Amino acid sequence: MNHLSNVVIPLGALLIGSRGKVTELSGDQHDLETSDRIDRLREIGFSEGLDVELLHQSPFGKDPIAVRIGAMTVALRRSEANLIKVQVI
Amino acid sequence: MSSPHLVAVVGNPNCGKSALFNALTGLRQKVANYPGATVERRTGKVLHHAEIELIDLPGTYSLTPRSPDEAVTQQVLAGTHSIERKPDAILCVVDATNLAQHLRFVLELRGLGLPIVIALNMIDMATRERIAIDSKLLSEKLGIPVIETVAVRKKGLPELTEQLLHVINVGAPSCADYGDSLKQRQKAARKIAADVTLSEGIGHKTTRILDKILLHPVIGLIILFTLLFTMFQAVFAWAETPMDMIEAGIGGLQEYFANTLPDGFLLSVLNDGILSGVGAVVVFLPQILILFFFILILESTGYMARAAFLMDKLMSAVGLNGRAFIPLLSSFACAIPGIMAARSISNEKDRLTTILIAPLMTCSARLPVYTVIIAAFIPDKTVGIGIGLQGLVLFSLYLAGIVAALIAAALLKRFVVKGTADTFMLELPKYQTPNLRFVLIGLFERARLFLKRAGSIILVSTIVLWILAIYPVAPEGADKPAVAYSFVGIIGGWLQNIFAPIGFNWEISAALVPGMAAREVAIAALGTVYSLSGSDEMLEVGLVTVLNNAWSLPTALSFLVWFVFAPQCLSTIAVARRETGGWKWPLFMVAYLFGIAYIACFITYQTASALL
Repeated sequence: MNHLSNVVIPLGALLIGSRGKVTELSGDQHDLETSDRIDRLREIGFSEGLDVELLHQSPFGKDPIAVRIGAMTVALRRSEANLIKVQVI
Repeated sequence: MSSPHLVAVVGNPNCGKSALFNALTGLRQKVANYPGATVERRTGKVLHHAEIELIDLPGTYSLTPRSPDEAVTQQVLAGTHSIERKPDAILCVVDATNLAQHLRFVLELRGLGLPIVIALNMIDMATRERIAIDSKLLSEKLGIPVIETVAVRKKGLPELTEQLLHVINVGAPSCADYGDSLKQRQKAARKIAADVTLSEGIGHKTTRILDKILLHPVIGLIILFTLLFTMFQAVFAWAETPMDMIEAGIGGLQEYFANTLPDGFLLSVLNDGILSGVGAVVVFLPQILILFFFILILESTGYMARAAFLMDKLMSAVGLNGRAFIPLLSSFACAIPGIMAARSISNEKDRLTTILIAPLMTCSARLPVYTVIIAAFIPDKTVGIGIGLQGLVLFSLYLAGIVAALIAAALLKRFVVKGTADTFMLELPKYQTPNLRFVLIGLFERARLFLKRAGSIILVSTIVLWILAIYPVAPEGADKPAVAYSFVGIIGGWLQNIFAPIGFNWEISAALVPGMAAREVAIAALGTVYSLSGSDEMLEVGLVTVLNNAWSLPTALSFLVWFVFAPQCLSTIAVARRETGGWKWPLFMVAYLFGIAYIACFITYQTASALL
C-alpha cells in the first residue's frame, strides 16, 4: 500500500485495518447542520493530529464503522466519517 | 442546620461517574457502562459528611446539549434548571486512561466559574495499561485539586471529600484562557495531557482482542443472537426449580389455611383472593430476576454499545439508529426504564418513534402470562439438541414483538412522525468485568420493586376483583358457577361481545380489565376467577391444568398474541405522557397497539380454528 501513503482521503474511505492521521475536520462551511456535526465529532474525541485506525465495519453493508481514535474506540456512520480527512500512513 | 452544599458530579460518559457517586454516597444507583445510562435524577449525601449533597448528572461530552438528558446537565450547571438550584461546586470525573479527551471537557467546565475538584478515576486501569500520569503536576497546571481514585475500590474517597470542602470555602479557581472554540480547547487539553503524561501506555489489549471476536461480521452476529437466545432459554430452564419451590410454598399455605380456618369469608379471601392472585404472580420472581441479570451484565460489561453497533444498519433500515437498540433492549425488562432511556437519543423524531414502539418489546411482566399459557398448551419436549419447544415458542413471541416494532417504526417514520434519520455516533467503552456487588444490588432492587408491586397494586386489585367476583351472590338453584352471576361475570359478559371474534371467553375478558393495572395481574385475575368457579380443582392442580381444560388451543394462541401487541399497563401510558409532554402521543400509542392486537388476534384465532 506504499503508493497510498501521504494521500489525504476522507475517513470513510479508509480500508479496514489501515491507519491514518487526522489532518482536518471539514465540510460545507455555510451549512449549519454540517458544522454542528463537526462539533459533535470534536466533542466525542476527533481532533487534528490524532492517529486513527479503522477497526471494524458492520456486517450489513459495511456501515457503520468502528475506529480507534487516540485512546478510545468510536462507532459512527461513513457519511459522518467523511467529514474527517486523514493522511494515510 | 443550614442546607448542605450541593456538588454536581459531571464527566464524559463511561468515566465511572455513577460508580464514584455510589461509593461516595453509599446510595444504590444503577451503574451501567454504555453512554447515557444515567437518566434519572439521583442525589445523595456523602457518607459521614452530611454537609455535602451530591447530584449525579447525565454524562456528556460538552456543555452544548445534544439530547434531553445532556440538556439537564447543562441547565443544572448554568443554574437555569427549573427545579435544581445552582451547585456550589463541581466534582469532575476524569478517566485516567483517556486524559486528553476528558481534559477538554474540564477546560470547558472551568469557564463556568464554579469551584472544581477533579477525580482522576480508574487509575488502577491506567496503571495496568502502563500509563503514568503526574497528578500533582496536572493539579498545578490546571489550578484545580486532582485526586487519584478507584471508585469500585473506594480509593481516594476521603481526600476527595476533604478537597471538596476546601474548594467550597476558598471559591473558584482564577480565570484562565484556553480559547473559545472547541478546536482551541482540544489543542490546549492535548498540550496539558502530554506535559503530565510520563508514559503513554499500551492501550487496553483485552478490549482489542474481544472486539475482534465480538464485532466480527459473522462470529459477532452469531454471538449476539446466541446470547439473546440463551437469555430466553435460561429464563425457562434456570427458573424451574425455584419456581417449583415457591409454588409448593404457596400451595402449602393454602392447604394449611384450608385445614385450620373454618369455611367462610376469611378463608375465601385468603385462599381464593390473596394467595391465588398474588401467589400466581410472585412465582415469576425467579424468571424476572434471570432476565434482569442478563441485561445488567450486558450493560455493565460494555457489550450493550457493541450490540448497538451491530444493530445500527438494521435499525437504519426502519429509520432509526443503533442507539435506539439500548432503550429497546431495556424495554424487555420493563417499558418504563426503556422509555426513559430514550432520552439519550438526540433526534426528537427518533426519540418519539422509539417511545411509541418500546411497548412492543415484551416486558418481564408479560412473562408470567406467557409462561402459564405455554406451560398449559405447549408440550414440554425438545426439538433438536438442548432446544426446548416451550423455550422456542417463548422466543417466537419475543421475535413477533420485535418484528412488529420494526415494521411499526418504519411506518411511523414514514407517515406519522416524519423526519430524517439521525446520525449514529457512539463511544465503544472498554470491556469491564461486571462488578458483582453492583449487579446483585441491581437485582435486589428489582426484586424489592417487584414484591412491592405484588404487595400493593397486585394485592389491591386482586382483592377488589375477588369482591367483585363473589358479589352479587348467585340466585337459588343456579346451574352455572356463582362467579358467572357476579359483577365480574356481568362485566366479562359485556366485554365478551367485543372479544368473542378473537376467541376470548368471559373469564378472559374480565381478566383484561385489572390487567391494565399491571400486566401480570391478568394471570392473578384468571387465578381468582377460576379459583372461584371451581375452587377444589384449583387447589389441587393449579392454574395451568385448569386453563388447559377450560380453553381451546386457538383461544390460548389468541391470548398469547394479545399480550404481544396489546396496549401496556397504565404506568407505561403515564410515563409516555410525561416523556412526550402531553396526551396526544400516549393516546395514539394506545389506539394503534389496540388496533394491531385485535387484528393479529382475529387472524390467529380464525386461522387456528380453521386448521385445528
